Amino acid sequence: MSKTISEKILSNASDKNVRSGDIVIANIDVAMMHDLTGPLALESFNKISKKVWDLDKIVIPFDHQTPADSLEAANNHIIMREFIKEQGIKNFYDINQGICHQILPELGHVVPGEVIVGTDSHTCAHGALGAFSTGIGSTDMAMVLSTGKLWFKVPETIHFNISGKLKENVYSKDVILYIISKVGADGANYKACEFGGETVSYMGISERMVLSNMAIEMGGKTGLIEPDRKTLNYVKNRSTKQFKVFKTDLDADSLEQIQIDVSNIEPQIACPHHVDNVKPISEVDTEIDQVFLGSCTNGRIEDLRIAAKILKGNKIANGVRMLVIPASKEVYSNALDEGLIKIFVGAGALVCNPCCGPCLGGHIGLIGPREVSLSTSNRNFKGRQGSPDGEVYLSSPAVAATSAIHGRISAPQ
Amino acid sequence: MKGKVWKFGDDIDTDIIIPGRYLIHTDPKILSKHCMEGLDSKFYEKVNKGDIIVGGKNFGCGSSREHAPIAIKGLGISAILAESFARIFYRNSTNIGISLLESPGISKVISQGDEIEIDMKNGFIITEKGNKYKFKELPSFMLNILEKGGLIQYLKEQTPE
Repeated sequence: MSKTISEKILSNASDKNVRSGDIVIANIDVAMMHDLTGPLALESFNKISKKVWDLDKIVIPFDHQTPADSLEAANNHIIMREFIKEQGIKNFYDINQGICHQILPELGHVVPGEVIVGTDSHTCAHGALGAFSTGIGSTDMAMVLSTGKLWFKVPETIHFNISGKLKENVYSKDVILYIISKVGADGANYKACEFGGETVSYMGISERMVLSNMAIEMGGKTGLIEPDRKTLNYVKNRSTKQFKVFKTDLDADSLEQIQIDVSNIEPQIACPHHVDNVKPISEVDTEIDQVFLGSCTNGRIEDLRIAAKILKGNKIANGVRMLVIPASKEVYSNALDEGLIKIFVGAGALVCNPCCGPCLGGHIGLIGPREVSLSTSNRNFKGRQGSPDGEVYLSSPAVAATSAIHGRISAPQ
Repeated sequence: MKGKVWKFGDDIDTDIIIPGRYLIHTDPKILSKHCMEGLDSKFYEKVNKGDIIVGGKNFGCGSSREHAPIAIKGLGISAILAESFARIFYRNSTNIGISLLESPGISKVISQGDEIEIDMKNGFIITEKGNKYKFKELPSFMLNILEKGGLIQYLKEQTPE
């Protein structure tokens, strides 16, 4: 019987033959929580259990408020570190490692075919490697920590069949913003997204992660990409875990196909205050105060290379601030080796430690009233990066770097 | 249950419900003081226990932060009605015992400040004018969690110590 990847993975994880619409109790392969949502999960966990179900399958990175910027954050870090020590949790990454969604795949915690949950909505990013990976809340995490299981409604799937060669200076960020503008902020609510087609097969893993990362911005439960040779190379270089590869049957009953032709799109900009409020760059002309290059969406080495190539030999416009935040220690270290950090500093940018940065509007780089941020991150909700009277635009790293030079949202030439 | 309506539009996201800079707190009293402050900085002063939030489509979209339904619960809101809810917010709210009721079209027939009644047993919303509207039945698994007051209580009863 024809099935989607989600149906196959959730069947495998529940030892049952399940279809979309079924409620299943699935075994969890990886449970991730970070410094910001972790404390709440522990409050719930402490009400129902004393010992976690598995010391190897829990991964705890600190990334949202690192280093601690307040006494409250420092206290949250203490709560988490004490729990990790008491329980003996093995995969703990303190403030020096980077963003959860970057380091999980980088350090080999993500392999195809697994069920991964995290107390962060962008956990859907790991679908790029063929895992069923989704964001959950803190109380659900308490159940996972104590039992190693969680209930799911097996989702229907939207398969985006993406075709066409991207024009110069158009990237996977533009593709996903274009898709979100087509289906809307709730266009995939309760459903799994799959990204396939010739355009995706040409993309590297880093570019694919951008697509999967933003599946949640159209409501998607996960953002799957069928594993291919590139996926297997990436995973085998980084993980020693055994895994199974599941593929979608395109004739599955629960699968809806949407054709997306990206051969003629120009760089896309998500305008305030919704991610589906997308315009082609030729229709946007706005002065900016701050540029943020980074986040789990676009803070990888490939993104930094694109931005550095544009910034090399140029200066950031007067009155504009630019924050560059590598997504992980590995990205930071590679950027140093490749001379990218020197280019950023030379252009007048401020390079910060690997962390979520202004993306969540709770740590560094907040914007004030009437200020405008251009960001390579994934959300532009009202107040997302600080003041509710500020504005956030979203773009690719190429547009972010070009705009930093010009002081207004500008297309790369 | 009966309550006064606080009405919101489409795509009310979790950053509106509780901005990221307050997520360092877990105390419902602190979180509720900042609930919806990007839209109305005095919202928490105006809301009374038992009031009802009515939203448009995709209420609660965005982050997985459970701080969002906790902030709403901390205000004493008894239920949230909307055209539709975002998935993670829906789960999180159910897990902490807040009733989320989905009723397509509901935001067009209810106005800010209306006094409405919810008949949980029979699955009806009764407007100020006395008109009745059905809300979607909850899956029985979720109804069980809600009836216990949330997932933690549900799990405690499943696995007695």
